Amino acid sequence: MSALIFERSIKNRRGITLPEFDCPEVHLDENIVRAAAPRLAQVGEVDVVRHYMELSRNAFGVDNGFYPLGSCTMKYNPKLNEQTASLPGFSDIHPLQSPDSVKGALRLMSELSQQLCEVTGMDGFTLQPSAGAHGEFTGLLLIHAYHEDRKDVKRSKVIVPDSAHGTNPASANMAGYSIINVPSNAEGGVDVEALRSVLSDEVAALMLTNPNTLGLFDPNIEEIAKMVHEAGGLVYYDGANLNAIMGEVRPGDMGFDVVHLNLHKTFSTPHGGGGPGSGPVGVKAHLLPYLPDGTVVKEKFIANEKSIGRLRSFYGNFLVNVRAYTYILSLGSNGLKEASYNAVLNANYMMAKLKDHFPVAYPVPCMHEFVLSLQKLKDETGVNAKDMCKGLLDYKVHPPTMYFPLIVHEALMIEPTETESKETMDEFIRILIELKDKAYTDPEYLHNAPYTTPIKRVDDVLAARHPVLKAVL
Amino acid sequence: MASYLLNTQTQTQEMLDTIGIKQDQLFDMIPSKLRLKRAIKLPEGLSEMEVLQKLSALAAQNKVYSTILRGAGAEQHFIPAVVKQLSNREEFVSAYTPYQAEFSQGILQSIFEYQTDICELTGMDGANASVYDGATAAAESIAMVLERTRKTILIADSTHPHVIDTIKTYTSCHDTVIEVLKTENGILSVDTLKQALNQNTAALLIQQPNYLGCLENIESLAQMVHASGAKLIVYAHPLTLAYLKSPRALGADIAVGEAQPLGLSLAFGGPYLGYMAATNELIRRLPGRIVGQTLDTEGKRSFVLTLQAREQHIRREKATSSLCSNQALCALTASVYVAAMGPQGLKEVAEHSLRKAHYFQTELDKIGFTLKYTTPFFHEFVTKTPISAKKIESCLEQHDILSGLVVGPQEILWCVTETTTKAQLDEVVKILKEACL
Repeated sequence: MSALIFERSIKNRRGITLPEFDCPEVHLDENIVRAAAPRLAQVGEVDVVRHYMELSRNAFGVDNGFYPLGSCTMKYNPKLNEQTASLPGFSDIHPLQSPDSVKGALRLMSELSQQLCEVTGMDGFTLQPSAGAHGEFTGLLLIHAYHEDRKDVKRSKVIVPDSAHGTNPASANMAGYSIINVPSNAEGGVDVEALRSVLSDEVAALMLTNPNTLGLFDPNIEEIAKMVHEAGGLVYYDGANLNAIMGEVRPGDMGFDVVHLNLHKTFSTPHGGGGPGSGPVGVKAHLLPYLPDGTVVKEKFIANEKSIGRLRSFYGNFLVNVRAYTYILSLGSNGLKEASYNAVLNANYMMAKLKDHFPVAYPVPCMHEFVLSLQKLKDETGVNAKDMCKGLLDYKVHPPTMYFPLIVHEALMIEPTETESKETMDEFIRILIELKDKAYTDPEYLHNAPYTTPIKRVDDVLAARHPVLKAVL
Repeated sequence: MASYLLNTQTQTQEMLDTIGIKQDQLFDMIPSKLRLKRAIKLPEGLSEMEVLQKLSALAAQNKVYSTILRGAGAEQHFIPAVVKQLSNREEFVSAYTPYQAEFSQGILQSIFEYQTDICELTGMDGANASVYDGATAAAESIAMVLERTRKTILIADSTHPHVIDTIKTYTSCHDTVIEVLKTENGILSVDTLKQALNQNTAALLIQQPNYLGCLENIESLAQMVHASGAKLIVYAHPLTLAYLKSPRALGADIAVGEAQPLGLSLAFGGPYLGYMAATNELIRRLPGRIVGQTLDTEGKRSFVLTLQAREQHIRREKATSSLCSNQALCALTASVYVAAMGPQGLKEVAEHSLRKAHYFQTELDKIGFTLKYTTPFFHEFVTKTPISAKKIESCLEQHDILSGLVVGPQEILWCVTETTTKAQLDEVVKILKEACL
């Protein structure tokens, strides 16, 4: 394990030096001035470089290898996007410069919004939300504002399928709604009858991911949207899985009123070890009057009288949006369609090759991802989904998402994305089958995996019982 | 056209054969009625060279100023080369949230060190792994202090307007009451606070140094807040904390803020970095990812995402925040910046800003730009302007100088950092005197 940067600290060692002071000293009230310096690391530039090089060797990104982490769309992050985002004309402009001095930025934001409208079939976008969950919250506030504006104030509930991302119900709670969970049907889609039974004039919206977290396209979507609309509610599209459908079908055409996108998934911007992302929200015309402050339309900041307000400072994660714009220009109309086609092709190929070895939770054609259930393997060998994932680490591939969605026991959710080759997938399939055989011959081996990582399996329980959230200095 | 795809036609055919479908059957699960019958109306893809040319042309339509005297929530600071180089390492940039701890120790440790940096600057016991920006950090902190009988949040009107607006948006669908308190001479007075506090007050949120640049009397406000049983949230500028007493030392229960000044570019407003830190009592109410130290099966020190029982993927609708993605790479960048600068470097950056701002203010005063508030300030301050503030702004603009922010017909909020030299400040004053007035 690496030393902490604080453990490399040597008293009075310095890295960066600054110019000599060229202005007179200022005396602030000593009651507010620090008596002792903060105990931050005192290291030289070489120390810093070696430290972070070591940390980077103990990290794994999609540039290191295959990353079939379901629901996360770990596609390749083009290097060109990094270059355009670092152009000084984008990275060194102040957010409060006059609009005349940032024409290029405003044009980029307008054009990106237009492009996203066309891909999703919506009428307007705000680029302010900074991540998917932030987009969800924004979308729900828009829905809230819409109902309020129509004096339709009884609507206090939001419907969420049991297969939904945890952020959906949590965002709805933040927007003041109580949640109605609806079960999935035998095909993994929304149980239409169950949905009908909970619809009422108290329902503000239904939140849906389509394709859903099982990687399945809900064929009843049109009817579902119609039912919700007839009950006076709106339909919210969680765009986490948009990578499956670009150029094939659009949320706007399926009947959705609001959508959020994850530019850090579908539009190739990097995940950065957890962020920054960008979660633009698109709406149909009836929700345009409520878009948040800081939204750019036709190269101007809008001033909506009925705006839901501001969701953060300034206008969003601008440099992430520059990357997504770069990606869309690079791929163009056909390229986006090809990306989705190949994402779906790759997922179906992997599923076809794995289905005889592991039960597929819903064995029907999938979209960009699919879910295996390792329940049978666990029952027969004691090796669970987590053990298999830890086993994968020794082969230097990132494991799939495990234990999600919650409705599948011992779930492994696999999303290869379009930027992976057949030979990479074949190798992963080979490894997974090899590990399965190992589970039957030597389950202990997998219970104790991984073996080649810088640390062995971590004690999660200890971390939560006795939280140590900072270094002892 | 770029595509980033790898499979050849032959491979694609082999894969279709394995699946057992024809090329045009892949999307058969989508009802044909819903299928898009036309191409999406976007231009065809471009080559890498063409895209770069197009983006460069757009970037060229944005003005990059040689001198920036504007802050108001976004500041230009010097970013050492080592910060950009290290934070651009592909292993950091292209990784996902560190769900698989054994495979992600580098990312987890970087966050743990970032949390330590934030705790050390703020004096707090625990910090989270970051949120979207300062305004969302402030908004998320509100949910941490609400109690069944305490639903009123007091905010001084000297707080950044985007922070106040974001808090209002975040609490708009709940029975939280937001009361904005008027300040006098740039800061919140003890008397005003006294009148506003009651048994329904959950917390006071106050910015330090505040939006107007002034230094609030946090310590005396803290005593009064605590005496009434409420919590104190301080929205603190992280760089100034290398020079000033920590929020904790002044009595804060929660420290939040915008950490963009720690090595992040201006970037037209984002991505930035919201930090959140709290005392032990409130640690389990922090939203979002938190990294903790633990042991592996061989007893080796390890790091892991922890206290996850608070989070949306476990608690779903019972979670008080839906935070999932954060600003991890920005947190790592800030940590590299802090390490490269060290405590002495950070203090010098703060002191440079402090000194230069005061020097500039003195020089401005000589040509009729008098201070609006006489309260002590740090590196931002509001002056009155002898002529229309807009005229000052456009006059400086012609000299490639981004003036302070116009905050009134004859008022400008100036910000001076280490990036401006005394010679440049003298030049600005000379231009103001000779060309603008």
